Amino acid sequence: MTRQIPMVNYLVLDDGGPRLRATVCRGCGARFFDRRNACSRCFGDEFDTALLADRGRLRSFTIVHRAAPGLPTPYISAVVDLDGGGVVKANLLDTAPDPDGIELGMPVKLATWVAGTDDDGTEAVAFGFVPEERG
Amino acid sequence: MTDSLWIIGTDMLPIRRYPDRDIVDLATGAARGALRDAGKTMGDIDVLAVGCVNESQYMLAQRIQRQMGQTGIPAYNVVNACATGATAVRTVIMAIKAGEATMGLAIGCEQMGKMGLLGKAAKPRVEKQVFEPQGRYGHVLGIEGRLGTNLMPGVFAHAGLEYAKEHGGVGVAQFARIAEKNHAHSTLNPLAQYRKRFTMEEIMAAEMISWPNTSLMCSPTGDGAAAVVVTSGERLTSLPDEVRRRAVKISASVLTSDPFVDGGQVQADINTLTRLAADRAYEAAGVGPEDLDLVELHDCFATAELVHYDNLRLCKPGEAGEFIDSGAPWRDGRTPVNVSGGLISKGHPLGATGVANLYEIATHLRGEAGERQIEGARVGLAHVIGLGSACAIHILERAAA
Repeated sequence: MTRQIPMVNYLVLDDGGPRLRATVCRGCGARFFDRRNACSRCFGDEFDTALLADRGRLRSFTIVHRAAPGLPTPYISAVVDLDGGGVVKANLLDTAPDPDGIELGMPVKLATWVAGTDDDGTEAVAFGFVPEERG
Repeated sequence: MTDSLWIIGTDMLPIRRYPDRDIVDLATGAARGALRDAGKTMGDIDVLAVGCVNESQYMLAQRIQRQMGQTGIPAYNVVNACATGATAVRTVIMAIKAGEATMGLAIGCEQMGKMGLLGKAAKPRVEKQVFEPQGRYGHVLGIEGRLGTNLMPGVFAHAGLEYAKEHGGVGVAQFARIAEKNHAHSTLNPLAQYRKRFTMEEIMAAEMISWPNTSLMCSPTGDGAAAVVVTSGERLTSLPDEVRRRAVKISASVLTSDPFVDGGQVQADINTLTRLAADRAYEAAGVGPEDLDLVELHDCFATAELVHYDNLRLCKPGEAGEFIDSGAPWRDGRTPVNVSGGLISKGHPLGATGVANLYEIATHLRGEAGERQIEGARVGLAHVIGLGSACAIHILERAAA
């Protein structure tokens, strides 16, 4: 079976569906995705980790037509407010690159895609968001 | 501590590409012009700050001194992204406020050539590639384009769209109208890199860079330099009448960085630090947005200018769309914004930008802006943002006659 690893270390693939894992400040609850030296809101230095919701709403987007060399265009860059807190940026997947079909505030769900394969055959799995019908 | 700060000399080079000159040529051109304008020489200057994004790590200030005057004064090499030039001006201001200097020279300069925004293609790799987590996010592939975009046209497009989500009356037309205005303004400015008027249709049909920003809604790359000579109120009193009459008061000089906001680590928040800077600047100067006769703000992209109408309190909260639709920021409107043509059309040589907009405001306050003069201008505001982020705001006032 092909070996898969997350493209970034805050993407969790092995806990029943993809989720994003935040580093959460024990003092003030601020959420981060990177390795921390201290909390930039309350200056504390004790952290826990928490899995964030896999659903959210589209906060903003842009359709990138001119990109760095080697990236397929156009693609949609999205900022998503996760339900229950947390803000992330990723690509909007399975969506036509047409602003008329993309609605600010629309519900989206976390999804994954294979972003590349190394010379050992290991696949790097990235996350993105897909539009979601909600009742 | 000095009770007031004054610009007594300023100059800038026309923004364009200077393939036959180097960065020291550009910087000394503007600096010597500013000194001539002030009736001063390097012998009168007791602090120097030079802002340049791409050359500051190579002792640029000292290289400039070697070409125009080495006197042993403290020289600072300053970088703060697109707020670099304004931060150099503040460096000089702080030295004067601290009582270490009474007259300073600040230079902003940049030579970008045709470096473009996106850089060169990666070299073909020869070694075996095995994924290895790197950096603070443990990424195994480049994040750009795979987890959204963090290149400038996209980051600022996101900022504009976020405003559109929160407030009504903002869409592609409002962003395009801003580019229409700034291109039209630039036709009157002989220092602008581009001086061509475009229709709304041309702006919206231009090459799409990062929707909704087309190429005509993005600032170009270019070369430029600008400089100011700043002095204390005490030293100003000893200067000749003709210098004092043209002196421009620096009523506020403010620099901010990002306060913590949720989400700021994935999408730059250009609003909070600008609002913080604006409030501090208005309080320091004792003026309000309604007192401004002109504003030069950081329109690196059309989507950025729109949100700064609100951030700088030029419009009612949430009404940036109505503000541009009403014509208020045109040169004959209520609060003229970017009458120079702005970064979109005047140009944006990174380190030069924050000094060039002080040149622009000061020149209007002196009544010396020629064809593009805003008649009777008494108070102006200059704003820049360096993404990452740094925000600088200066408020300038005409000398009391």
